[in-house]
Amino acid sequence: MKRRDFLRLALKGSAALVLVKGGVEIFRPAAGHASLKPLRWVFLVDTYKCIGCGFCVKACKLENEIPFDTNVSRTWVERYVVTKDGDVFADTPKEARYGFTTTRIDLGMGKDKNIPLQNIDKAFFVPKLCNQCEKSPCVQVCPVGATYQTADGVVLVDREWCIGCGYCIMACPYGMRFFHPVHHVAEKCNFCYHRITKDMKPACVQACPMGARRIGNIKDPQDPVAKIISTQRVSVHKPEYGTKPQVYFIGLSEEVR
Amino acid sequence: MHVLRPLYVILAIVGLILVARTMVVPKDFGVQERGYMYGWYRKANEEEWKAFKVKYQGKEYCQTCHAEEEQQVNASRHKTIECENCHGPAVEHPAEPQKLILDRSRELCIRCHTYLSYPTSKRSEIKGIDPDQHNPGGECVGCHNPHQASKPL
Repeated sequence: MKRRDFLRLALKGSAALVLVKGGVEIFRPAAGHASLKPLRWVFLVDTYKCIGCGFCVKACKLENEIPFDTNVSRTWVERYVVTKDGDVFADTPKEARYGFTTTRIDLGMGKDKNIPLQNIDKAFFVPKLCNQCEKSPCVQVCPVGATYQTADGVVLVDREWCIGCGYCIMACPYGMRFFHPVHHVAEKCNFCYHRITKDMKPACVQACPMGARRIGNIKDPQDPVAKIISTQRVSVHKPEYGTKPQVYFIGLSEEVR
Repeated sequence: MHVLRPLYVILAIVGLILVARTMVVPKDFGVQERGYMYGWYRKANEEEWKAFKVKYQGKEYCQTCHAEEEQQVNASRHKTIECENCHGPAVEHPAEPQKLILDRSRELCIRCHTYLSYPTSKRSEIKGIDPDQHNPGGECVGCHNPHQASKPL
């Protein structure tokens, strides 16, 4: 082979390689999205600030059209009372849609128990909502592709596509999913996707008078919520399941189930 | 060859299913950004969720017309409470609905003002009553103005 031929061939070859690589970049969807501002929705709950008023639950049910008097909700508030004897009581009367208005603990089946305040070691409220897990088990088990995770991390349910098999409801370790009483398909918190995509806060975040609930973008280093999560002591609910939940808590206690 | 007949039937069924599939499954159904395990879905559903109706509009929306009330509340301890928590979701008020349903009930007030002296919870720092002892059955708004929380009427 002459030197001239060799150089010509090498030039052609590298041109072809560049073309192929460019083609791959164009047709790979992830490359297109990399140009957008990175976004991953996360939630921060400060249990010290929660007062158990339940305005978040009321706002959520009305905003997301979950019939108000049904015993299902996308979010709820739990009360934990630890007595001096070491007993743990937990309740969430009517998902706390009317708040906590009595010292009596709801034991279920119409029974309740009054714990005198002097017997209490610690007592606190814990708001719960969907963790929008990075490795969401509910999405993995869906046999028809009706539930999925968007590029910004929120897990949604396609009401037209859901067949109502209930696998996802069984798969969620946090019990966040339920059947919608009207649509009869799987239902869950989606951080008010219709609001956060319009630069509004989720209904529960807006309704909270204490600032106990906050939403943010973990991929934005300037985001105040992302700063707290990355620099302060926060924890997640049931990390042992490996679901990588994205609702972070301040002041979560071992009594919280 | 008659032994091959079942094969033709099966092939016809498979073909039929494949044709039916192209008609039933929407064009945008498939693997999206999050990959097959988390992102196998109908893309148009994202837009359907984004188009869901907003009901709670927030304080800024209310104060464009009700600035006086907004200032009054903001000067009181109730400044952190959203108007819609008590007055109900605005939706497209005043166009629809023209009048909001205001919850003036005692039950609404005692959401925060039942005194629960729980340690390690902000609830213990909120002034409260025992609803069974403090004027049971009475309406709180008969004596207290929720827009000027610190002052009794």
